[in-house]
Amino acid sequence: MKGIEFFPQVASTIAPSVDKLFFFLVALTIFFTVVLYGLIIYFSVKFRRKEENEIGRDFQSLALEISWTVAPIFLVLFIFYWGVKVYFMQVVPPEDSIEYQVVGKQWMWYFQHPNGKREINELHVPKGQNIVLKMISQDVIHSFFVPAFRIKRDVLPGRYTVAWFNATKKGKFHLFCAEYCGLDHSRMIGRIIVMEPEEYELWLEEGSVVSQKEDKPIPPEEKGKILFGKLGCGSCHRAEDSPLAPSLVGKYGTEVELSDGSTVKVDDDYLRESILDSQAKIVKGYNPIMPVYAGQLSEEDVMNLVAYIKSLGASEK
Amino acid sequence: MHQKENVNYLNVEYGIKSWLFTKDHKRIGVMYLIAVTLFFIVGALAALGVRLELLTPEGDLMSSDAYNRFFTMHGVIMIFLFLIPSIPAVLGNFVLPIMIGARDLAFPRINLLSWYIFIFSGIIGIIGILKGGIDTGWTFYTPYSSIYSHTPVVLVAFAAFLVGFSSILTGLNFIATVHTMRAPGLSWFRLPLFVWAMYATSLVIMLGTPVVAITLVLLILDRAVGLGIFNPTLGGDPVLFQHLFWFYSHPAVYIMILPAMGVVSEVVSAFSRKKVFGYKFIVYSSMAIAVIGFLVWGHHMYTSGQSALSGIVFSILTVLVGVPTAVKILNWTVTLYRGSVSFEAPMLYALGFMGLFIIGGLTGLFLAALGTDVHLHDTYFVVAHFHYTMVGGAIMGFLAGLHYWWPKITGRMYPEFLGKFGAIVVFVGFHLTFLPQFVAGYLGMPRRYHYYVPEFQFYNILSTAGATILGAGMILVIGYLVWSARYGEKAVSNPWRAVGLEWETASPPHPHNFEEVPRVEWDAYDYEYKYKKEGVSFA
Repeated sequence: MKGIEFFPQVASTIAPSVDKLFFFLVALTIFFTVVLYGLIIYFSVKFRRKEENEIGRDFQSLALEISWTVAPIFLVLFIFYWGVKVYFMQVVPPEDSIEYQVVGKQWMWYFQHPNGKREINELHVPKGQNIVLKMISQDVIHSFFVPAFRIKRDVLPGRYTVAWFNATKKGKFHLFCAEYCGLDHSRMIGRIIVMEPEEYELWLEEGSVVSQKEDKPIPPEEKGKILFGKLGCGSCHRAEDSPLAPSLVGKYGTEVELSDGSTVKVDDDYLRESILDSQAKIVKGYNPIMPVYAGQLSEEDVMNLVAYIKSLGASEK
Repeated sequence: MHQKENVNYLNVEYGIKSWLFTKDHKRIGVMYLIAVTLFFIVGALAALGVRLELLTPEGDLMSSDAYNRFFTMHGVIMIFLFLIPSIPAVLGNFVLPIMIGARDLAFPRINLLSWYIFIFSGIIGIIGILKGGIDTGWTFYTPYSSIYSHTPVVLVAFAAFLVGFSSILTGLNFIATVHTMRAPGLSWFRLPLFVWAMYATSLVIMLGTPVVAITLVLLILDRAVGLGIFNPTLGGDPVLFQHLFWFYSHPAVYIMILPAMGVVSEVVSAFSRKKVFGYKFIVYSSMAIAVIGFLVWGHHMYTSGQSALSGIVFSILTVLVGVPTAVKILNWTVTLYRGSVSFEAPMLYALGFMGLFIIGGLTGLFLAALGTDVHLHDTYFVVAHFHYTMVGGAIMGFLAGLHYWWPKITGRMYPEFLGKFGAIVVFVGFHLTFLPQFVAGYLGMPRRYHYYVPEFQFYNILSTAGATILGAGMILVIGYLVWSARYGEKAVSNPWRAVGLEWETASPPHPHNFEEVPRVEWDAYDYEYKYKKEGVSFA
C-alpha cells in the first residue's frame, strides 16, 4: 500500500479556486453536522422519558419555522453563485489557448500536438501555457478527468467537446476516464506530463512516439491539406465558389444560409457533420452531390481536415 | 393450555392459495416484504463482491468483465427491486389504509396485480442475472448499452420497464385511497405525515415512471432493431438518453426518500410523545420536494456537454431543493424539544436516519454547485453521497418503520436488546463504509473502477471493513426479525402507546382492519387528547 494521501495535488490555475469552494463547503458541512448532532443529542438526553406515563409538551413556533425556511435560501444561493463563478473559469478557455486534439476510444486516449506529434495515453505539455483540448470519441462516451487539474469533461461520439487547463506544476499527473465505457474502463488511464517550456520544445523535436514512419511530425492543418488533395475534395471545393460546391476559403466562423432557409454557423461540429454526413445540411443554391464519408475517415482524419479548412479561413481573409 | 385467538388477517385463512389470491392489503404488504427482502439479499451479495474486489488495487478476485456485471446488478437490483418498492409497497401497503381508517385500498385487485407484475419483472431480472448479468451500470448509458455491450441488456431493460407498472399501479391506488376512503373526521390536515409522504411519492411515481418506461422502450428498440434514436452514427443523440433517463431517475431519488421521511415523522413523534413540530411545514416541504424534484435532472450532466446556461439553471434549482429538506431535518430535531423521548429500536433508526441524512444532504451541495461538481462528478464522492441518502436515508427509514410496525404486522415483538444493538452496528458500519469514500472521491478515484491506482487503497480498505460490519448488522437484523415473527413475545395492540388509528386496532389487525368504522376527533399526534381520553394521568 502506498502512502496515505489526504489532498489531491494542486497543479493547475483553476485548482485553487475549486479547492477554496470545496473547503468552504467542508467547513459548512462540519459546522452544521456538529450543531445538529449536538442539538439532537442534547434534546434526547435532556428530554428523555423519566416516567412511564409522561408525554411531551406541545411546542410550535411560526417565527422559527419561517426563519429556517428563509435563511437557507440565502445560503444556498450564495453557494450557487460561487459555484457558477468557478464554473466559468473551468469551461471558458482563454482566447490565447493553444489547441491539442484528443480522441477517446475503448480504452485508449489519442493525442495530437499542435505541431502534429502524436501520443497514446500520455500527453506532454508545457507548464504555464493555456491549453485547450478539442475532444471527440470514436465509440462510446468517455470522460477526460485530471484530478490534479480539477477538470473533467465528457468525450462524446459525434460531437466535439472542449476542456482547458493551464498547468502550474512540473510532474506527472493521473488522467482517468470518468465515464463508464465498458470492459477496461478502469484501465483507460494515462498521464499528463508537465514540462518546462524549453524542455517541451526539445521533447517535441524528438519525433513521433506513435509511428516510426513519422520521423518529422506534420502539423494537423498540413495533414488535412494532404488528405484534402488525396480525397479529391479540391475538384469541387475550389478557391472560388463553383457551380458544384461552395469555396471553403474564408468560410470558417461565418454564417451560411441552407437550402431549407435556415442559417448555420460554420464551426467544427458543422464541418465535421458536412464531411461525414454530407447530405444533412446543404448550402443554399447547391445540389446534394457530395459523397458521404462516414465510415471512411477516422476521427483524427476529420479533425485534421477541419484544421485545414479552419486555416483557410484564417489566412485568406 | 390452548386458548383460541381472535380472528386476524393471518389466521383467518391458511394455505398458499389463501396468500397468492388474497386481496387483503396487509397480506399483499407481507408478500412484498418477503420479495423485497430476497432481492435485497441478492443485491447485497453483489455489493459484497464489489467491496471484496476493491480491497486491492489489482483485479485479483474476478475479471473486469465480472466486476462490471457485479456493480451493475448491485445497482439495478437495489434500486428497481428494493429501494423503490421497499417503503411504499411494504409499509405503505400495510399501514396506509389502517392509518386512514379504511378497510382496504381503493382497488384491492389492482393491488394484487401490481404484486404479480413486480414478481414477474423480478423473475425476468433474475433470469438476466442467470444469463450472466449485464454490464452497463444501472444507468444504461447509451451508446454503450444500445450498441457496444455484449450482455442481455434488452432482457434487463425490459424487466426495469415492466416493474415501473407495478409502481404506477401502487401509486394510483394510494392516491385514490387517500382521496376517497378517509374515515369520518379525518380531514386532510389531520392525516398522519406518513400518509402525506406516500401521497407525494405517489404523485412523483405516476408522473415520472411513464417517462422512464418510454426511455427504456426506445433503448430496447435502438438495441434490438437499430432504431438509432440514441446512436450518433445514425444521427441520434446519446446525451438525449441521459436527459430522458434522469428526468425519471432523479425524481426516483425522491420516490425512495420521501417515504422514509414519512416514517421518520411518525417515529420521532411517537417516541417523543408529542405533536410533530410544524406539521404543515412538513407537508408543504414534501410537496415542494415532489415538485422541484422534477426540475433538477440536469445536475447529472454538468460535464456531459450540455450548455453552460442549462448547467446554471439546473444548479440553482438543485440548491433550492435542499431548502425543504433542511426544513424537515430541523423540524424533527425540534420535535424532540420538550418531548418525552425514549430510545427503542425504531427511534434509534429514526435518529440514525437524521444523522446520516444531515451528511447526505450537506454533501449534496458540493454536487449541486457547478464548480465543485466538475471535479467530483463520477467519482467516489458521488457514490458516498448517494449512499448516505439512499442507504443512510431510505434503508434507515425502512428499518425504523419495519421495527415500529413490526408488532402490528406480525403480532409479535422483536427482541428489543438485539434491535438496539443492531441499529448501532448498522449506523457505525455505515459511516465506516462510506465516509472514506468522500475522501477517495475528492482525491479523484472514479466510480466503476475495477483497477485503481495504489494511492486510493487505504480508503478502500476502510470502506470494505465498514461494509463487513454493515453486512453483519444486516444479517443480525434479518435473523432476529425472522425469528421473532414466530417466537417473539406477543404484542399488545399499542405497544408504543402511540397515537394513530393503526394503534387502535388489534395486533395483528382484523381482516377488515376495524370492527367498526372509526371516527377521528383529534389532530395527528395529539397525545394530550388521547391520554386524557384514556384517563391516564400523565406528567
